[in-house]
Amino acid sequence: MAKQIFEGVKICDFSWVGVGPQAARELALHGATVVRVESHRRPDTLRVMMPFKDFTPGVNRSAFGCAYNTQKYSISLDYSKPRGQEVARKLIMWADVITDGMTPGSLAKWGLDYESVVKFKPGIIYYSTCQMGQQGPLNKFGGYGMFGAAYSGYCQVLGYPDRRPLPLYNNYSDFIAPWYLTVALIGALLYHRKTGKGMYLDQSQVEAGVTLLAPYVLDYIVNGRIAGRMGNRDPYMCPHNAYPCKGVDRWVVIAVRNDEEWQSFCKVIGEPGWCGEPKFATFIGRKENEDELDNLIGEWSKDYTPEQVMAMMQASGIPAGVVHTSGEGIVNDPQAKHRQAFRWLNHQEIGPLLHNTPSYCLSKTPANIWKAAPCLGEDNEYVYREILGYSDDDIAEMLVEGVITTEADVPGGSG
Amino acid sequence: MPDQDTMLGGYRVLDLTQDGCMLCGKVLGDLGADVFQIEPPGGSPTRNVGPFYHDIPDPQKSLTWFYLGLNKRGVTLDPETADGREIFKKLVKTADFVIESFEPGYMKSLGLGYEELEKIKPGIIMTSITPFGQTGPYAHYKVTDIVGIALSGIMWIFGEADRAPVRIPAPQFYAQGGLQGAMGTMVAHYHRELTGEGQYIDQSCQQAVILTLMNTAEVWDLNKFNIRGGGPGQWIPRQPPEPPIFARTVYRCKDGNCIVLFGGGAQAGFVASSKALVAWANENGYIEELKDYDWGGMDASSITQEFLDRRSQLLEEFLMTKTKAECLERAVKDEILLIPTNDVKDVAESPQMAYRRFFKSVEHPELGETITYPGFPVITSEAQPAIQRRAPLIGEHNAEIYEQELGISRERLVLLKSRGVI
Repeated sequence: MAKQIFEGVKICDFSWVGVGPQAARELALHGATVVRVESHRRPDTLRVMMPFKDFTPGVNRSAFGCAYNTQKYSISLDYSKPRGQEVARKLIMWADVITDGMTPGSLAKWGLDYESVVKFKPGIIYYSTCQMGQQGPLNKFGGYGMFGAAYSGYCQVLGYPDRRPLPLYNNYSDFIAPWYLTVALIGALLYHRKTGKGMYLDQSQVEAGVTLLAPYVLDYIVNGRIAGRMGNRDPYMCPHNAYPCKGVDRWVVIAVRNDEEWQSFCKVIGEPGWCGEPKFATFIGRKENEDELDNLIGEWSKDYTPEQVMAMMQASGIPAGVVHTSGEGIVNDPQAKHRQAFRWLNHQEIGPLLHNTPSYCLSKTPANIWKAAPCLGEDNEYVYREILGYSDDDIAEMLVEGVITTEADVPGGSG
Repeated sequence: MPDQDTMLGGYRVLDLTQDGCMLCGKVLGDLGADVFQIEPPGGSPTRNVGPFYHDIPDPQKSLTWFYLGLNKRGVTLDPETADGREIFKKLVKTADFVIESFEPGYMKSLGLGYEELEKIKPGIIMTSITPFGQTGPYAHYKVTDIVGIALSGIMWIFGEADRAPVRIPAPQFYAQGGLQGAMGTMVAHYHRELTGEGQYIDQSCQQAVILTLMNTAEVWDLNKFNIRGGGPGQWIPRQPPEPPIFARTVYRCKDGNCIVLFGGGAQAGFVASSKALVAWANENGYIEELKDYDWGGMDASSITQEFLDRRSQLLEEFLMTKTKAECLERAVKDEILLIPTNDVKDVAESPQMAYRRFFKSVEHPELGETITYPGFPVITSEAQPAIQRRAPLIGEHNAEIYEQELGISRERLVLLKSRGVI
């Protein structure tokens, strides 16, 4: 395997939950050495959230706890203890990049925030990512991406006009923020190379969310329009919806962009009488009679599987697609398989476990993905001994003092 | 020479993309790169995508274009003509990045594939952003946002239980591809800075959206359960034969809606939040019956749907007495996991984003006014990514680039224009 792009870049990863770990993962997938600093006393929230292997909770049994930590090393360290802070500082001296994904001010309590770190490690690259940003009237709001997505405007536009706003199960802003953060982080590494200067990156995940709603936000700023919910309709295309298909809870989406595609669409569905009605002949007419049109199409589509409808429409050049389930549909999707969107790596406690791969393929330096996400403290031996140079006696002492945490330190009930 | 004050100053990008894929070049432009948006003569189809400035449907007034074209200069060029290709090759000699979003194989069919461009400009990075990637069974599918979104699984996790899954109405499919394309491009750029070696990047929008599915593929992998959007809350799978249970997260308040996580169990933050929320309600004479509830002992395997429904009903009765502003204030003060569902007006007027100066004014001399845009969502202590210029008008920089930079004479430009090349 060719030398990996970020080989030699060292990251000390204090971040947790969704966003911070993903930017570090992106570099880890391309060869950076990333050490997650974790503690059994206060495990990453995702380690105690489902899905668990065999539905049995445990800090090393959650696939969610693995999702953003592919290819990383994990140590268990209680840095609320003075000796733990000493170890953390030693790790920081080793690192090129420090990550923080906690509520603003959390790491300051232990002298591990940017202001403290830059004093003993000038020139460091350090990122902090949180819901609202490090400063400001709401900076201490410490929620999850579900809240970030709500605050950046997504819930209000998701769903149907006759129902209430909908939550975004995937904490959507958690999957916009990391990409900006990674771009800025790589920019910072190159800037450091060029100028020798370090950099502090302060990300607001809410703002990241707002950028992918920019046209709606501009529509308010410029035209005073407040976007509402419209189900699966589209202002510029008709028909445009998800239609019921044969089977239980099965759907296909169809989007007709222009009159030419409308003609082809009518041919594909066998030109039933209503297709020829003048009210459906123009875009304006179809739009004005959209409820009726959608019902008629649904009557047709329910006799076919979504795969059949997609094949028929695509063969005639009409955009259509199966509404895949979020798990089975995606994991078995032939295109996702072709791209190797998922790799099954052997997790120490879970066994073979699905891990994501980057959404881009690099022609000359493809990511070499080989290491499953670590169990909590899985790499203590390697990191404490090899990277930090502690002796057997030091390590034994720190275990006794509880500086290096173990399973015994997991808070009761979260087992 | 690279500009010391930006991350990508001195690097040039040729951007042939459309729609949300334009976000890739926009982000590189935010970092200081010199981005040329190359449009077909007459203008890019993306200029016809609304909403429009003052609702005037004019290719020079698309707000979608205004945003995606920020930090770019604009030239028109038809690469299907031989003259157009020659001009493009001249531009490639001056460029460090080429980004395109045509159907797979199109650039190659014009003799402008990566192998050819690499010969013209060794070390060049070429990024292709397409719905499904360059190869595979869907590579040549016809796609719009909703079709891509459906095939990426993200629709399934949004929606009402009794209706079809639903998409986010503002297009996300190409934008995710564009944004993650920028990330892949920066990864390749880092490699080039160290080694001088350029490469080709094949970005799939479908795969980009798959990376937004959170834990749903993992839930399938371990528990063989498909998370589906099921109304104003979420379904929590349990070990069969126990049925999944529904936990409400959206609650009405006096003047809108809020998202609340009202739970407990192993997550210390959830427990503290639920305690603080009940205490607040108790102060106001609400949710009395949960005053001493053991949130820490809450357990998904033993909890009943009846309890969850009762809990939700009590909470909504209380929140209906409070405004969004009151809810947010208390949530921040007491670390309650609650936030209002903002509309775009709330977003534009957020005191938090105002404090961070997230929104930036950009001059539009052609409209005689300034427009406020969302900025870059990371504040950096050095080399701050920023908006330097508004989106280009059609062919706005043709003279500047073709005449002054490439030295094409004005007579020849007139000829090229009349031939439909530019």
